[in-house]
Amino acid sequence: MTAPVSDSRPLYLDAINAQRAALPGQTVPAIRTLREEGQARFAELGFPTARLEDWKYTNVSAIAGQLFKPVNGALATVSSEQLHSHLFADLPAHRLVFVNGRHAPALSSVGKLPAGVIVGSLAEILATRPNIVEPHLGKIAPTGTNGFTALNAALFADGACVHLARGAVAEQPIYIVYVSTGDTDSVMTTPRNLVVLEESAQATVIEQYLALDDARYLTNVVTEAALGANSRLEQYRLQQESTKSYHIGTWYVRQARDSRFISHTVDLGGLLARNDLHDILGAEGAECEFNGLYVVDGRSHVDNHTCVDHAKPRGTSREYYKGVLDGMARAVFNGRVVVHPDAQQTDAQQMNNNLLLSRNAEVDTKPQLEIYADDVKCSHGATVGQLDTDALFYLRSRAVDEQTARDLLTYAFANDVLSRMKLAAIRLPLEQRLTTRLLRGRSLNELELI
Amino acid sequence: MLSIKNLQASVEGKPILKGIDLEVKAGEVHAIMGPNGSGKSTLANVLAGRDGYEVTGGSVTYQGKDLLALKPEERAREGVFLAFQYPVEVPGVSNIYLLKAALNAIRKHRGLSELDAMDFLTLVRERLKLVEMKEEFLYRAVNEGFSGGEKKRNEILQMAILEPALALLDETDSGLDIDALKIVANGVNALRSPERAMIVVTHYQRLLNYIVPDRVHVLAHGKIVKSGDKSLALELEKQGYAWVTEDAPRASA
Ligand SMILES: Nc1ncnc2c1ncn2[C@@H]1O[C@H](COP(=O)(O)OP(=O)(O)OP(=O)(O)O)[C@@H](O)[C@H]1O
Ligand SMILES: [Mg+2]
Repeated sequence: MTAPVSDSRPLYLDAINAQRAALPGQTVPAIRTLREEGQARFAELGFPTARLEDWKYTNVSAIAGQLFKPVNGALATVSSEQLHSHLFADLPAHRLVFVNGRHAPALSSVGKLPAGVIVGSLAEILATRPNIVEPHLGKIAPTGTNGFTALNAALFADGACVHLARGAVAEQPIYIVYVSTGDTDSVMTTPRNLVVLEESAQATVIEQYLALDDARYLTNVVTEAALGANSRLEQYRLQQESTKSYHIGTWYVRQARDSRFISHTVDLGGLLARNDLHDILGAEGAECEFNGLYVVDGRSHVDNHTCVDHAKPRGTSREYYKGVLDGMARAVFNGRVVVHPDAQQTDAQQMNNNLLLSRNAEVDTKPQLEIYADDVKCSHGATVGQLDTDALFYLRSRAVDEQTARDLLTYAFANDVLSRMKLAAIRLPLEQRLTTRLLRGRSLNELELI
Repeated sequence: MLSIKNLQASVEGKPILKGIDLEVKAGEVHAIMGPNGSGKSTLANVLAGRDGYEVTGGSVTYQGKDLLALKPEERAREGVFLAFQYPVEVPGVSNIYLLKAALNAIRKHRGLSELDAMDFLTLVRERLKLVEMKEEFLYRAVNEGFSGGEKKRNEILQMAILEPALALLDETDSGLDIDALKIVANGVNALRSPERAMIVVTHYQRLLNYIVPDRVHVLAHGKIVKSGDKSLALELEKQGYAWVTEDAPRASA
């Protein structure tokens, strides 16, 4: 580890200046402007500090205190055999793999795409068809809401680009894998994803973040998604980074009339993970559903900040986050819901339930409702607690030993979130991973839970 | 089979059971009646080993063992079964899983092999018929969203599958319609045998028309204040509790 510095900003700005010329898409004016804005905002903001309300409970001084050197690929080569066991192998999908932030064509298998569907690396599409990217990139996510998104705007070099033309349907999911491997200590990747669904298009997009080595790196990703009228996007985001890593993820979604966005967020890794999911229901009848699960132990920290912007009438939002914390783990949930004056007949529900398995684990959970319309239905609920002692006794009174009863109830609590996933090829392996984590390796078949 | 001597227990420092004496022999059915709050469920919970009940005196011997020294799961494996007055909902754990886990834990304890999937399902289907429950209940989460009566039937289903040596039924008849009452009673009667004993807590003599008890006890203010044969239940039905409880020592307020 490098010695901490009091202000790492100049180091990052030097790194940006050194890399800028080589970044893809520099000839596209909108992209160049985006990067310049990003750099300027980062110079202004630096990394967030605990003085900012949104970062009160998540301290990123470990990131701010040094330079995580921006990289874009190289550092190691990965074979498909090495990768295989980490992937959802039974999932027929259009697959894009990125190694240390750079598209790895040899590991990817996009396959045949249906009419009207474009799936490719951002760098490649910026080079060949910038007109797909230009109208959207940096337009959905505001540049530089904080130092991380600013840095991403200044430095992004690659990522996934998904575009569905009007009425196009991607039957198979689009599967984006970010692999960190090799000597990635003190290294930062800044992936940038863009998902555009035109009117009535339908797609499922999976983002998976994983590590082959237990390095101390930083992933600073921004994903933008635009949903046209009547379109439907189901997103899976699976964070399985290394136990020493930092994962800062920002998602900006903008929804048009009667569109539907479903998100499944699962955090199983990382020393510190922060997810910002911001959804603007920008037209009538838009619907969103966020399902989230975090399983945190040791000294790890997971922070989910969600924001649903009900801008127009008859929008529906559902948020359902659950966390299991052990050891000295810490979790933060902040669910902001803004109902604008225009957004009559909004229906917003939010739940955050946390299970503490250890006395030293801690949760800060906060609903943040800002309602400026009168004809709305909004509800929220947050709980932080231990296992239900009545349920424990009930199971034990049926001859189930105490440890098994505890494991079972914990697993059932967490699996409730996974059970909402429609894709069995994702759900089942994740359940398996959850059993190893929470059931001390007992197999699922043996358990026959719901 | 079960010998309770001068059992005293407190909840949150408050004495509830104040010296219970009860002898139950194999093959017998004992009914326990008594006013609300007199300690009937407390007794059942203490016997099943629920946390939060502090035994402050006395002893319980079950099949020659010190029952109070065993963990709840050990008691269950030794053949003690409590049908809860308020069965607990366990979201995310299916009924069939719990039945299988419970049965196999008990079989293992008895030195028997685990039942294979086919034999298990055959057994479960047969017992479902006994309590007239649909198979779909097996695949629902334990008691979750069950109606009051369905929960009680589910308790009897578990009992019929686990075949306990000592069954404690805590107001299994409360909240049941007349047909369900007969079904539950049939389930209980099917299990009656010379090796088994049952303690049936109830407020209603009606249940005892179907499950005819060998002994009836009245529990009031934490003590058994009167015992008799099945005619005592009829007497209580006619006269209420006042005549048996009035000479009993009052709980110190
Ligand atoms: N967890 C508890 N905390 C405080 N008091 C309790 C607790 N459990 C039982 N008690 C008290 O102990 C007394 C006996 O309760 P118990 O449930 O054993 O009565 P019961 O005879 O089963 O009554 P019912 O016929 O209404 O079921 C009551 O006064 C009750 O309030
Ligand atoms: Mg009771």
